Amino acid sequence: MPVVLENLGKRFGDGAPVLDDVNANIAQGEFVALLGASGCGKSTLLNIMAGLELPTSGALEVPSDGAAFMFQDAALFPWLTARENIELALKLRGVGKADRRTKANELLDLVHLGGAGDKRPHELSGGMRQRVSLARSLAQDRQLLLMDEPFAALDAITRDLLHDELERIWKETGRTIVFVTHNVREAVRLGQRVLLLSSRPGRVVQEWNVTEEHRTDAGLAGQLTGVITARLREEIRRHAK
Amino acid sequence: MPSNTTPLAEAPAPGEASGASSDASSAEKVHAALTRSSTGNEDLRELESGLDSLQSDAARAVRIDWSRILLPVAALVVLILAWQFYVSLGLKRRDLVPGPLDVLGQFGTLWAEGSLQEAVWTSLQRGLVGFLISVAIATPIGLLLAQVAPLRRAFGPLISGLQVLPSVAWVPAAIIWFGLTDATVYFVVFMGAIPSIINGLISGVDQIPPQYRSVGTVLGASRLQMAVQIILPAALPGYLSGLKQGWAFSWRSLMAAEIIAVGGTIGFGLGSMLNQGRDLADMTVVMSAILLILAVGILIELLVFAPIEKRLLRRRGLLAGSTR
Repeated sequence: MPVVLENLGKRFGDGAPVLDDVNANIAQGEFVALLGASGCGKSTLLNIMAGLELPTSGALEVPSDGAAFMFQDAALFPWLTARENIELALKLRGVGKADRRTKANELLDLVHLGGAGDKRPHELSGGMRQRVSLARSLAQDRQLLLMDEPFAALDAITRDLLHDELERIWKETGRTIVFVTHNVREAVRLGQRVLLLSSRPGRVVQEWNVTEEHRTDAGLAGQLTGVITARLREEIRRHAK
Repeated sequence: MPSNTTPLAEAPAPGEASGASSDASSAEKVHAALTRSSTGNEDLRELESGLDSLQSDAARAVRIDWSRILLPVAALVVLILAWQFYVSLGLKRRDLVPGPLDVLGQFGTLWAEGSLQEAVWTSLQRGLVGFLISVAIATPIGLLLAQVAPLRRAFGPLISGLQVLPSVAWVPAAIIWFGLTDATVYFVVFMGAIPSIINGLISGVDQIPPQYRSVGTVLGASRLQMAVQIILPAALPGYLSGLKQGWAFSWRSLMAAEIIAVGGTIGFGLGSMLNQGRDLADMTVVMSAILLILAVGILIELLVFAPIEKRLLRRRGLLAGSTR
């Protein structure tokens, strides 16, 4: 099990807990979608898994070499070209100078951006930037890839294609992926398993398995989306005054 | 490893699929959003490259924009003509308000004497040396203050205060400490330039999106790598505007020092020329000196800072929509 979360809790200062008693196991090579309404602490949970924040209670087990992370905005460095951004990740990982260029070009090819290596981030479209960002997180060469709503800011057409792209790359590279989203369709489209996080405090309240049949049968997928949406709304309604 | 305590709901079985699935039974249909929308790697590659070219701007050819050159020149010509017109009205005595041609004549005289070249060279050399030393002193201090919170809390207000204090205020102290030597001039230049460069660098570091540091951490950057590979390049635009301001402060402080501190081993600079003009009550010399001081300032901006800044901003895509 690359990731084990055990009674994990987090509060900031003396405030109400953001996460409370979160339990989850994520298997090697699994694609898990972490779903929740705004303010449910899903980004906090991801940051904890990435080691960017510390939990205030409970225990977690993550791979000892850490995790790769992909942010909502591409967060590419504007003073570097697309290829240099990937090369920087390789450099900070300790890859020798000679190998960096070859490796960066391979990764650009993997995300279908072979011809855009010399472009700067501002010359790329939002979807292209996210693909460079994906290539950069793959350059980190970690088994665990954490993604924080990486496609939330993209237009619908681009997002649909990037879903296909991410699924393909996940199959090609065998990464373990934890994908945070507030979009039920996206969770069903991508995850093998969908975990629903409640809000204030965040806690895993229910989970669903998504099978290969859901990937090809829109009716089935639509039905599951409906079920999950209903459960999510129930969770949101709980907070009505 | 604990067992999962959360309930595992069953996904609906294929047979239970309701209304929606009968519409969706055809294999040819594209069900983007809920299911795969492409039919394989090649199809996906093609779709993506189509979308990429739709969403990318076509490269625009870079050509010389003559209005950038002609408009300022035209503005200058208009100003000189207005000046000449005012003088030709004869409202003031000619020795109090000389015309452009009188000043041009004085330029020629000063050039022939060699004092014009001497003054420009002396001042420019001092300004540049003073500025470069200021940069060398201010940069490490600025980085240190920006990165170490207690140091910044302690010294930040003082540095901001020094930026407000006119550096001319240091001239009397400098004369008492260093006498009428070059040291006096340089001291005043440092007190003018260093605080403003430090402040520029600090605000450059402050404006770095916090995301960049998170990315650095996630990518596994050490403290030193973070400073050199991420913080410094990210802070460059703010640092550069700090340098620009630092140069302006150097140049102003230098002129102030040269006007006040005359004699001793202090050479003949533009400030000294200005002061000499006042002593001789020769308005043409005064105006020549003012115009030269202005011209040096404009030339340094146009030839040194503007190209560097433009290149820096263009590479980061920060120039679009500006009126530069």
